[in-house]
Amino acid sequence: MALLQIAEPGQSAAPHQHKLAVGIDLGTTNSLVAAVRSGEASTLTDEQGQHSLPSVVHYGEKNVLVGDEAQALSAMDPSNTIVSVKRFMGRSLQDIQQRDGQLAYQFEASENGLPVFVTQQGKVNPVQVSAEILKPLIARAEKTLGGDLQGAVITVPAYFDDAQRQGTKDAAELIGVKVLRLLNEPTAAAIAYGLDSKQEGVIAIYDLGGGTFDISILRLNKGVFEVLATGGDSALGGDDFDRLLVEHFKNTWQLSQLTSSQARQLLIEARRVKEALTVSNEVTATVTFDNQLLECEVSQETFNTIIAPLVKKTISSCRRTLRDAKVSIDEVIETVMVGGSTRVPLVRSEVEHFFNKTPLTSIDPDRVVAIGAAIQADILVGNKPESDLLLLDVIPLSLGIETMGGLVEKVVTRNTTIPVAKAQEFTTFKDGQTAMAFHVVQGERELVDDCRSLARFTLQGIPALAAGAAHIRVTFQVDADGLLSVTAMEKSTEVKTSIQVKPSFGLSDDEIATMLKDSMKHAKDDITRRMLAEQKVEAARVIESLSAALQKDGDLLPDDERVALQDAIANLGITAQKDDVDAIEKAINDLDAQTQDFAAKRMDNSIKAALKGQSVDNI
Amino acid sequence: MNYFELFDLDPVFTVDTANLAERYRELQKAVHPDKFASQSEQQKLLSVQRTAQVNDGYQTLKNPLRRAEHMLSLRGIDLSHETTTVKDTTFLMQQMEWREMLDDISHSNAPQDKIDELYDSFASYEKSLFNLLAELLASEQEQDDKSAAEQVRKLKFMAKLQDELTRIEDDLLD
Repeated sequence: MALLQIAEPGQSAAPHQHKLAVGIDLGTTNSLVAAVRSGEASTLTDEQGQHSLPSVVHYGEKNVLVGDEAQALSAMDPSNTIVSVKRFMGRSLQDIQQRDGQLAYQFEASENGLPVFVTQQGKVNPVQVSAEILKPLIARAEKTLGGDLQGAVITVPAYFDDAQRQGTKDAAELIGVKVLRLLNEPTAAAIAYGLDSKQEGVIAIYDLGGGTFDISILRLNKGVFEVLATGGDSALGGDDFDRLLVEHFKNTWQLSQLTSSQARQLLIEARRVKEALTVSNEVTATVTFDNQLLECEVSQETFNTIIAPLVKKTISSCRRTLRDAKVSIDEVIETVMVGGSTRVPLVRSEVEHFFNKTPLTSIDPDRVVAIGAAIQADILVGNKPESDLLLLDVIPLSLGIETMGGLVEKVVTRNTTIPVAKAQEFTTFKDGQTAMAFHVVQGERELVDDCRSLARFTLQGIPALAAGAAHIRVTFQVDADGLLSVTAMEKSTEVKTSIQVKPSFGLSDDEIATMLKDSMKHAKDDITRRMLAEQKVEAARVIESLSAALQKDGDLLPDDERVALQDAIANLGITAQKDDVDAIEKAINDLDAQTQDFAAKRMDNSIKAALKGQSVDNI
Repeated sequence: MNYFELFDLDPVFTVDTANLAERYRELQKAVHPDKFASQSEQQKLLSVQRTAQVNDGYQTLKNPLRRAEHMLSLRGIDLSHETTTVKDTTFLMQQMEWREMLDDISHSNAPQDKIDELYDSFASYEKSLFNLLAELLASEQEQDDKSAAEQVRKLKFMAKLQDELTRIEDDLLD
């Protein structure tokens, strides 16, 4: 039996309609899940009372293990135990091998150069590994909260590019979790912190995790969290401290040839030493290789010297991001520390020195992101209709297209508030030309080769006209999740041109469909049954939201249109009772198309209402 | 799209930025996709489009150069795709001088001082251009609009110089 839900007065008119939603921090080293219960957001524990789940997946001969059990096998069986998979998301195998050197895994490259881990359980890609980490978190949440989840907010580093974001979303969808929103980690931390302190003004969030670094500058004002600028490095984190420490051990002990198991042991010892140095001034590192005991003292000072260049890099990012945000150091009222790596004393002291104030660590830096995500999930799912909270996030890296000579023309510049839509016009250069190829990149550099390739697409069906006569307007739209979509239209004829987007470092629709089918096979689930269930839930959601909208704003429509909509709703209700997936999907789409006019009227109405309050205020 | 109408403001060059920011936040609360997370696909799509307009409108009205450009485009002078260049020789000479100074920064003994100096002279020059621009736009005469367009072109040159200076400063920091 589900536990009684207690709603705060005025927050929910119908407490029994409380919907279950969670926030998930899918971290490089550890992952967490949090939810709002009885008005309080907190992280959920497993049966042993643990909040964090190590982001480690072991592909054994017979089964897949995740978390502590997987971590225990890490040194013994490194090639089948995948750690820090987040660093592989949306990256090509070539990129990874250049950056990390030799890794303990057996790799293969997919058709478009993405890494595939060859394990005892077969070949798996980073999206599938991430999905394995999400599974126990979702199960934990459903068990603790006592019901099926309506959706989840999943956090990503602010500095993640389009491919890395899409990969994260794909991982959740692979296990049937509806992603309410991809939320930037520093923004999530700001919510948790801002709602807690009720402060207003400019704050800086310094987020140094296991594998990523983000710095975000936000302005908090009357429930609106406006990200002014964000910067960072999606491949810099505590893992890099470990790696430098491993190099130090190798030099000290004069080790050259290591087995992959020994290499993993060194990495585990490096992490232990790093963590111990957050509380001690000196730590002894020890490993036993070939029955020989190796020891060395690592002082706080030595460690600081080793990692100083990396910490300095993060401070440079802070300086640049402040400038992008157009605020001075004095305007920053608070610095919030997020991520386990901010426990490193040098990191704390450097941040304190730069911002000239003691950084805040009042909320556990490991849990603050998941907590913020849970608060956002609770609002998005509709549990707090009165909430003032609004997040205005930005795109972290500029979007551009390749032009002649391998140069980039920027279409959307970094730190532009999202959602954003920018149109660009192109013309044909040959008589009768009916197709045009585009290459979309993300990054700040002028040369295509220095930016990250996002996608290539071809416009087809351009009407055959004289050279230069066809004007094609291409619109690049980035949604609230930071994900890009592209549409195009020939202006004179208003012909919509079709677009086939081929992601450079992501999975194609076909690959995702195949993965979905595979995962069903393993789970002995029936794909049609799951699809039917999903469509029924979707139909119920559409009926509920549209009925509520009609009740509230029905008078915006002429009587006949309102009656027609009500009929269509009733019709969907009848169709949804039957077990025909295609019919339900069609009824949903039909109803959706029919609401176009109503949706526009409601939107205009709310815009008018929003400004009306303004005009009165300013008289 | 007329952004002054979207924000329900008079189409004048002088904008109260605090009031603009307040209107922006209120509009965002009305249209942002997060307010439509559980609504129909149509409503969500519309919300993303409207929010994108509100965002672009805010950036346009907030930034004086973009605001002037927007005002001129509403008056029938579109500067966004034009290839006309500035013909004012005094201005062009000044540009060349500044470009030489930019090139000299890397050889200087005190680069940060040079950078600060240039930021200051750019800022004061821009200020005088903006003052003139404000006057020209206020008159609403066709001839004045044309001169206003000329000031906008100059200010675009200045923006490019600024960007370059920032890039040089970035390279120094790394």
